[in-house]
Amino acid sequence: MALHREHELHRRRLSLNLGVGLALVALAALIFGITIAKIANGSLMEAYDHQPRASELPLTEPTQ
Amino acid sequence: MTDASALDRTRDARFGDYVELLKPRVMSLVVFTALVGLLAAPVPVHPFLGFAAILFIALGAGASGALNMWWDADIDKVMRRTARRPVPQGRVGAGEALAVGLGLSGIAVVMLGLAANWTAAGLLAFTIFFYAVVYSMWLKRSTPQNIVIGGAAGAFPPVIGWAAATGGTSLEPWLMFALIFLWTPPHFWALALFMREDYHRAGVPMLTVTHGRKATRAHIMAYTALLAAFSVGAGFSGLGGPLYLAAAVVLNALFLLGAGRIWRRDEAAAESDHYAVEKRFFRFSLVYLAVHFGALLCDALLVRTGVL
Repeated sequence: MALHREHELHRRRLSLNLGVGLALVALAALIFGITIAKIANGSLMEAYDHQPRASELPLTEPTQ
Repeated sequence: MTDASALDRTRDARFGDYVELLKPRVMSLVVFTALVGLLAAPVPVHPFLGFAAILFIALGAGASGALNMWWDADIDKVMRRTARRPVPQGRVGAGEALAVGLGLSGIAVVMLGLAANWTAAGLLAFTIFFYAVVYSMWLKRSTPQNIVIGGAAGAFPPVIGWAAATGGTSLEPWLMFALIFLWTPPHFWALALFMREDYHRAGVPMLTVTHGRKATRAHIMAYTALLAAFSVGAGFSGLGGPLYLAAAVVLNALFLLGAGRIWRRDEAAAESDHYAVEKRFFRFSLVYLAVHFGALLCDALLVRTGVL
């Protein structure tokens, strides 16, 4: 049995596909929200951006 | 599932069928007790991070429910109480339940680690392992102590919630753990009494099957007495405040009364009123736990707002 573009199978699975889609969108929104909340909380966020990372620089004593 | 089998099915699995794998009713209890653990902790949590932590604890609990449905598909089919679940009804394949369970377990643990901390994530991973492997695969079919020891799985959420807030644990969350742990046996044994032949047919060695109904009634009484002593005693040990203590005294008096009625009854009396007393005790056990944790939550909020 060939699968056509608008096969009846697609209609039968509409609820499942919609549900999974919405769940994935919700997960993405949640991860974004967690990131924003962590930054707002003062968590350290670092990634490689062609610059030496602040946490890897040697400590320098203040000189008078 | 092959493409051919998918085309042959008259009714495909709906999204709701997969949600049903997660045992939403059990999840509601997990959400509530974990929330109390999180809010009763002395460390304030960012509201969104707290929300995310509770969500992932619930997702982890749901994932362990899916793994349980995968493993228990054979006995679920013969038990009246569980025969309408998605796997025994053929709406979802057992392999799909396993995939959903494993996938969501991984997501829940990793995301809880990222949203809260790795102590909470480790506790969640252990809880999933305990429920799916220790309880479902091992204890449930091998000993009448299955729900006594297995009850630990359901008791972990407030500890995880507390750990999500503080990054560790202390005495209070373990007292909450003990409360749920001691509550579980009388709750499930009451269910086993009025589900009658379900466990017998499935060959699950519940206390009603291995030791008989009279012994089960005595066990309900003994565990309820133990639970009542612990619940009221915990009120004097730093768990909760005046609201908790007042709620514990009233609830345990009523719970003991119900257990006493069950203990004194015989099967003929129970059958004559269709297990009305046992069913009432089971329903009240849900209220009992919810009000205990509700009181703990109120006490915590009163302390946080400076009223107490």
